Amino acid sequence: MHAGFIFLAVIVGSVLFHIFTPWYWTDIASNWGAMDDTITLTFWVGGGVFVAVCLFMVYCVFKFSYKEGRKVEYKPEDKKLEKILTWATTIGVVALLAPGLVVWNQYVNVPKNAIEIDVMAWQWGWQYRLPGKDGKLGNTKIVNINEDNPFGIILEDPNGNDDVLIQSDVINLKTNRPVKILLRSVDVLHNWYVPQFRAKMDAIPGVITYYWFEPNKTGEYEVLCAEYCGVGHYAMRGGVNVQSEEDYEKWLQEQETFSDLIAKQKKLELETEKLAKKINLNIE
Amino acid sequence: MSEEYENNKSSYQAQSSETISGDGASSAPDMDYVRPAEIGEQDLYHGHSFITKWIFCQDAKVIGVQYFLTAVFTGIVGLILSWLMRLQLGFPELAGFMTAEHYYQFVTMHGMIMVVYFLTALFLGGFGNYLIPLMVGARDMVFPYVNMISFWMFFIAVAVLMASFFVPGGPTGSGWTLYPPQAILEGTPGSGAGILLMLISLSLFVIGFTMGGLNYLITVLQARTRGMTLMRMPLTVWGIFTATVLAMLAFPALLVSSIMMTLDKVLGTSFFMPTILKAGEVLEYGGGSPILFQHLFWFFGHPEVYIVALPAFGIVSDLISVHSRKNIFGYRMMVWAIVGIGALSFFVWAHHMYVSGMNPWFGFFFATTTLIIAVPTAMKVYNWILTLWRGNIRMNTVMLWCLGFIVTFVNGGITGIFLGNVTVDVPLSDTYFVIAHFHMVMGIAPLMVIMGAVYHWFPLVAGRMLDEKLGKWHFWITFLGAYSIYFPMHYLGFIGVPRRYFEMYDSPYMTSAVGMNEFISLAAFIVGAAQFILIYNIIKTLKVGKPAGKNPWKANSLEWHTSTVPPEHGNFGDRLPVVHRWAYDYSVPGANDDFIPQTTPPSEVINTEVEKT
Repeated sequence: MHAGFIFLAVIVGSVLFHIFTPWYWTDIASNWGAMDDTITLTFWVGGGVFVAVCLFMVYCVFKFSYKEGRKVEYKPEDKKLEKILTWATTIGVVALLAPGLVVWNQYVNVPKNAIEIDVMAWQWGWQYRLPGKDGKLGNTKIVNINEDNPFGIILEDPNGNDDVLIQSDVINLKTNRPVKILLRSVDVLHNWYVPQFRAKMDAIPGVITYYWFEPNKTGEYEVLCAEYCGVGHYAMRGGVNVQSEEDYEKWLQEQETFSDLIAKQKKLELETEKLAKKINLNIE
Repeated sequence: MSEEYENNKSSYQAQSSETISGDGASSAPDMDYVRPAEIGEQDLYHGHSFITKWIFCQDAKVIGVQYFLTAVFTGIVGLILSWLMRLQLGFPELAGFMTAEHYYQFVTMHGMIMVVYFLTALFLGGFGNYLIPLMVGARDMVFPYVNMISFWMFFIAVAVLMASFFVPGGPTGSGWTLYPPQAILEGTPGSGAGILLMLISLSLFVIGFTMGGLNYLITVLQARTRGMTLMRMPLTVWGIFTATVLAMLAFPALLVSSIMMTLDKVLGTSFFMPTILKAGEVLEYGGGSPILFQHLFWFFGHPEVYIVALPAFGIVSDLISVHSRKNIFGYRMMVWAIVGIGALSFFVWAHHMYVSGMNPWFGFFFATTTLIIAVPTAMKVYNWILTLWRGNIRMNTVMLWCLGFIVTFVNGGITGIFLGNVTVDVPLSDTYFVIAHFHMVMGIAPLMVIMGAVYHWFPLVAGRMLDEKLGKWHFWITFLGAYSIYFPMHYLGFIGVPRRYFEMYDSPYMTSAVGMNEFISLAAFIVGAAQFILIYNIIKTLKVGKPAGKNPWKANSLEWHTSTVPPEHGNFGDRLPVVHRWAYDYSVPGANDDFIPQTTPPSEVINTEVEKT
């Protein structure tokens, strides 16, 4: 009879592992507690079914192990039982699906006051752009990307001039204000993922995708690329620094806008020109 | 054809008249009446030389074994690759020889080999070829020659795939999903010859498989013996048949996406390639859609899961029934569940793409269809355990594999409900939770069935019984080992550890996973090594195993009632069997034995309370 005992040990062991596991999700730092709740709900319902089915199986193994001449039931079908089981399962499935869809509805509908952030991915790194005072991001084009225009902003688009460019792989966010992450990639698929925020979405070249969350705990978090993007995938990290409103505004003031960058480059060009003239004069 | 037909006309007619008058001429009572055959018997080409008998062979049984052995060879390659991956993940200090390029190549080849070249080929090519003609009472597949070519196409596909290990740049390392743009761009290992050979190999596989698939379908539809109605077929045949229908509809999506990606790579077309900036330069692509590839891939990829799962469902149903000495509970429900799951599997593909960036509104639709599949699937599970209930369960090796299947399949099925429910998927997708889920549900669970099937049908194929003691060791090490690989792995996913990371230990919250990774790797080495117990068992059994004799398991289905064991070419000797009942009349009240073979006419078991099937 030892086989039944081992199966029983596997089931009991699974339950105990779940209760005492030191490995579980990281402390949540965003508004998506509802995702954790749906997971917990699925755990209770699903785990219950798993344990029930397996215990029934173990019971059968103990109770009906082979004995010469045992009377075996001959009953090809049991319509009533099958019907009860079908409906019970259907109800269970609906109970899991419905909350899932409700939360998904929140996930795809972004709150109006969300700050848009352009997250640009490439092999293998991240950079970020925030809208300026107008609250709008300028449109971009991949072919416009060059050293002078690292985000490929369309120069004719007036919304782009005051965009705040953060050419670092760390972005600062302020607490308790939703952000809409606008994802784009210049080469292959990527995915901007912070485990503590729970949310994620792929970045695709040629398309802008989005998702939103509201960070609600200050602190520094690591960004992981969660969509395979070539040999550097595992090393493609970034960072998020969630700050209080004060710290955030201070940080924002220090950042360069697109027009600052253009002005700086113009100045640089002028200086180079001047320098060149000077050199020419000297030579003459 | 005409000349040949003219020459043989008389013999064809003689044959068919004989079959038509078959039972009518005998003195069998009316209750045993079975509708006469509508077409005459198929003529078979009997090979005489070694080559026509064993290499370019047209006997479905030999082709089945050829498929099986080739698939097992690829499976061993896949197993070794998984060892190397686990070495890197658990003990990176010992895997100094491995670069990130190698790691991603191993990941890719392991995945593709195991899903397509191992599991699909094994279930459909291996078990399908061996069992379909035997179980439906046919002499062979309906197109034996095409069947032979099917295997050799598969063989070439495997050769091309393996060749990619030896080309410059090595095999592709783009992940088994081969997502463009990275699959064909530099920055991904094997983006030159490697990916091309992969795409060519897949195309060959699909072509070869189509030939085999046509055979399975038409044999089931057209070549069943007299009395073998569809609703009397063993569930194994139902599973393989439905899986083949899925494959015939799903593989073309893989074929076209392979061809399109080959064109993108070779001719510079832009089916899947948008404007791309790489190393500061804009590439000469533009206007293509990477998401389109994902839709095509998963339109194939999701039914593919069921192409593996449905034969496993069918086979395990038969194994449980035979070894519980009890009819499968709710046979008709089981058949409709297989067909229903198969049909639904074409409406759920984008649940692999919830966070792919497709229109997020798709999430509502695909989450709903995905969770609907849970209902027929759960019914199958209930029916398996209800078959055990009040049965007379032989606790032999075959049954152990079946029980192991139930545990791992239910576990993996439940985690499927996590991932199918779109909201729950968001935090878990692309993490180790996904890896744990699909290995449990479509790796370990079908493998349990394959192993059960090997122990169950080996006596038929080789005429000798595999050693039970070795079999039990093999089972317990594999089951407990595999469970301890994948059960804790779910929790890595909860932490948020992403999949396809060559190394990951520098993140503060992942350092806690080091110990678990070491444990999982050790378990993986042991489980892999345990598979060689089976190989040893087979070699030993072939030499000194106990002869099986006829029908050692006292089973009802036709494959155990052949004229010889192992069955010869043509399967059933002079006369095809005539079927009078379903394959599940076990422990019928009033019967002398605890089984009534499908060939037993009602007049011989007149005192039983058998239900009409």
